[in-house]
Amino acid sequence: MQAKKPQKTKCWQPKKPEANLLGTFLEAAQEAIRLLLAMDPVLVEVLVRSLQVSASALLISSLVGIPLGTWLALAGFPGKRIATAIIYTGMGLPPVVVGLVVYLFLSRSGAFGSLGWLFTVRAMVVAQVIIATPLITGITMSSILAVDPDLRPQLRALGATELQTTRAVLLEARAGVLVGLVAGFGRVIAEVGAVILVGGNIDGKTRVLTTAIVLETRRGNFDVALALGIILLAVAFSINFLLVALQGKTTI
Amino acid sequence: MTVYERPFSVLVENTFPANMTYALRDVVQQYGNRTVLRVATLDIRQGENLAVVGPSGAGKSTLLRLLVLLENPARGDIRLQIGDKVFNQRTATISQRRQIAMVFQHPALLSRSVWKNVAYSLEIRGEADVRSRVQIMLEKVSLGHLTQKPAHTLSGGEKQRVAIARALITQPQVLILDEPTANLDPQNIRIIEQLIHEQCEQTTVIMVTHNIFQAKRLADRVALLLDGKIIEIATNKTFFNTPRDPRTQAFISGDIIY
Amino acid sequence: MLRTLRLFCVILLTSAAGGVLAQTEEPMTDAFDGETLILATTTSTYDSGLLDYILPDFEEMTGATVDVIAVGTGAALELGANGDADVILVHARSREEAFIEAGSGTARFDVMYNDFMIIGSADDPAGIAGMGNAAEAFVTIAAAEAPFISRGDDSGTHSKELSIWAAADLEPDGDWYQEAGQGMGAVITIANEQQAYTLADRATYLAREAEGLDLTVLVEGDETLFNPYGVILVNPDEHPNVNAELAQAFVGWLISDDTQELIETFVVNDTQLFYANADAGEEATEDEMLATEEAGS
Repeated sequence: MQAKKPQKTKCWQPKKPEANLLGTFLEAAQEAIRLLLAMDPVLVEVLVRSLQVSASALLISSLVGIPLGTWLALAGFPGKRIATAIIYTGMGLPPVVVGLVVYLFLSRSGAFGSLGWLFTVRAMVVAQVIIATPLITGITMSSILAVDPDLRPQLRALGATELQTTRAVLLEARAGVLVGLVAGFGRVIAEVGAVILVGGNIDGKTRVLTTAIVLETRRGNFDVALALGIILLAVAFSINFLLVALQGKTTI
Repeated sequence: MTVYERPFSVLVENTFPANMTYALRDVVQQYGNRTVLRVATLDIRQGENLAVVGPSGAGKSTLLRLLVLLENPARGDIRLQIGDKVFNQRTATISQRRQIAMVFQHPALLSRSVWKNVAYSLEIRGEADVRSRVQIMLEKVSLGHLTQKPAHTLSGGEKQRVAIARALITQPQVLILDEPTANLDPQNIRIIEQLIHEQCEQTTVIMVTHNIFQAKRLADRVALLLDGKIIEIATNKTFFNTPRDPRTQAFISGDIIY
Repeated sequence: MLRTLRLFCVILLTSAAGGVLAQTEEPMTDAFDGETLILATTTSTYDSGLLDYILPDFEEMTGATVDVIAVGTGAALELGANGDADVILVHARSREEAFIEAGSGTARFDVMYNDFMIIGSADDPAGIAGMGNAAEAFVTIAAAEAPFISRGDDSGTHSKELSIWAAADLEPDGDWYQEAGQGMGAVITIANEQQAYTLADRATYLAREAEGLDLTVLVEGDETLFNPYGVILVNPDEHPNVNAELAQAFVGWLISDDTQELIETFVVNDTQLFYANADAGEEATEDEMLATEEAGS
């Protein structure tokens, strides 16, 4: 047996040659296509749940974030700078921390434990709303601030009411708001730290694409995990493509 | 019983000067501690074209923002009479506000088509016949061939014509213009001046301009604003031929740099 | 009283039904129809596939659904302490006892054990292959300063590793000793990339070996490497929402002879992963369960 000196290094040294790595990706892509074509019932269920949870979260976040961002951009009030700084900080909230806080609130021994939402999709939606809302609020705010500040007084001087003016300004900022929605959706559909904590990754109940990837990775089923990752990317791409196409249609 | 010493009391008793659209009394506007406008008395007649001239920083734009009711004066009273109703910034209803329209020096248009920009004024009022009225209006400002073009792709003169079209399409009682032809080429100036001229008979027009020749061409009366105060207000003929104030003389002969 | 009766029912059915149960399609009882049991457990029991293998039997019998939350031992115990789980299946004996002492759990029962192994590259730079004593192997690795990857995540496996270092009377320190702070699968991956030693549980190692690994088993079979799993009932007095009846039924089922046999038949790659070791005999179990029942009410 050949004696080998112990390596005193902490660096990662991938042992597999590159061709093998490429092979892994190709196999995973094949597996992804196979799973999709076969309409694998478990995959379909997890995929649909991912979309349901993230779409619900996006809807609620938009209903809160777009008006809030508009208001923050247009209203003048004491403490606006602090509020803005808080929103921008919220855009970078670590999901795991969000998940932990949501867990503590929804835990049976927490403030909202009586709701019985822990380890349900509702808890996952709550966590994703908290992650996406600052993002949508912040991006809405900055896109409205980018609209020509002369537009509001000029529309007012044409006889528009405050509400009509605000609506017009929001429409002017629509491309930016759409970016906010895309960013928000991208963040929550790909998020795992919070949803695995508050959802529990329960089979048939709270398992979504990302938590399934974590499980398959933990189990060592790297090819399946990678295939799920490719499917997740494909889903995100399709949704974003749809939104961007929508944006193109509303330019005029 | 309060005794009013100033002409202001006339307004308080709601006997508005006859045939007047605007009556300003002791109006002061301040930004922070800086007083930018101080107008003792200014009456603007219904249907007249009043040109306000003066150097930069004289308070012309501030006066316009007060007249279009975008701002409240720090002190004093600005009243309007449209129809037989008298109102001010606080009591104006939305339909009364909608009788006033303003065109700005740098128009901010919606990033939509020319057509939609002009239709907007009608849409916010929920008015009918939008299609035909917009088409007529766009022909009038010589933009009939550009209706579907995105507004942001237009030239400066075309943009200003869109701004005038969206203001005029509602046939306002009061039209307020802030330097409507600044930095435009002669062709556009001619089109826009023609449009302003056509309004004169039905509409009270108040325009700020730094171009005294334009004031001479279009205005019934001219006012000179210096350091926030009205130095002289007179008919076109008197203002340019026999001004009372030496500063007016200096301004029209180009001795006051602006 | 009703609770006790229902519990009896389940335990009797569990123990009596025997092999018949495995062959029949019909649920034997639906005493808990539509109810949900939340089981917080370590990733090893779930990721290995053991729970997927045995739980359908319980669900069919009771009509209840088992929601499995697979997390680290520390997190599983915390879920129990907060009343977010009804029952806990973990492997960290001392922490399990502390959990009961703190009043978070009412009782603990042995269920099964698996074993840990020291794995490393076939080159074996420290030369520990075939050693019968884990602590001795650790001493050898430390002396050679051969690279060693530790879980470093407060998991049950990490606790076990630390106890072996303690038995070896060593405090590992230096460049050769790396704390990954990650799960077993990730740590095996790191060890594989660096051709380092690590302590791994058999189940995870076998699952990963099937995927292709350049690591081999070097030390195994030492009794200190045995890894006992315990099932704990979460204290319903602390958290009224805990489904105590269903939890007790679950424990009764888990330590019943039939389920214990079922655990023994679970194999991955022709290898048995878990060895049942619940206290033999359902009568003893029943007594224990009843004692718990009385103490709880």
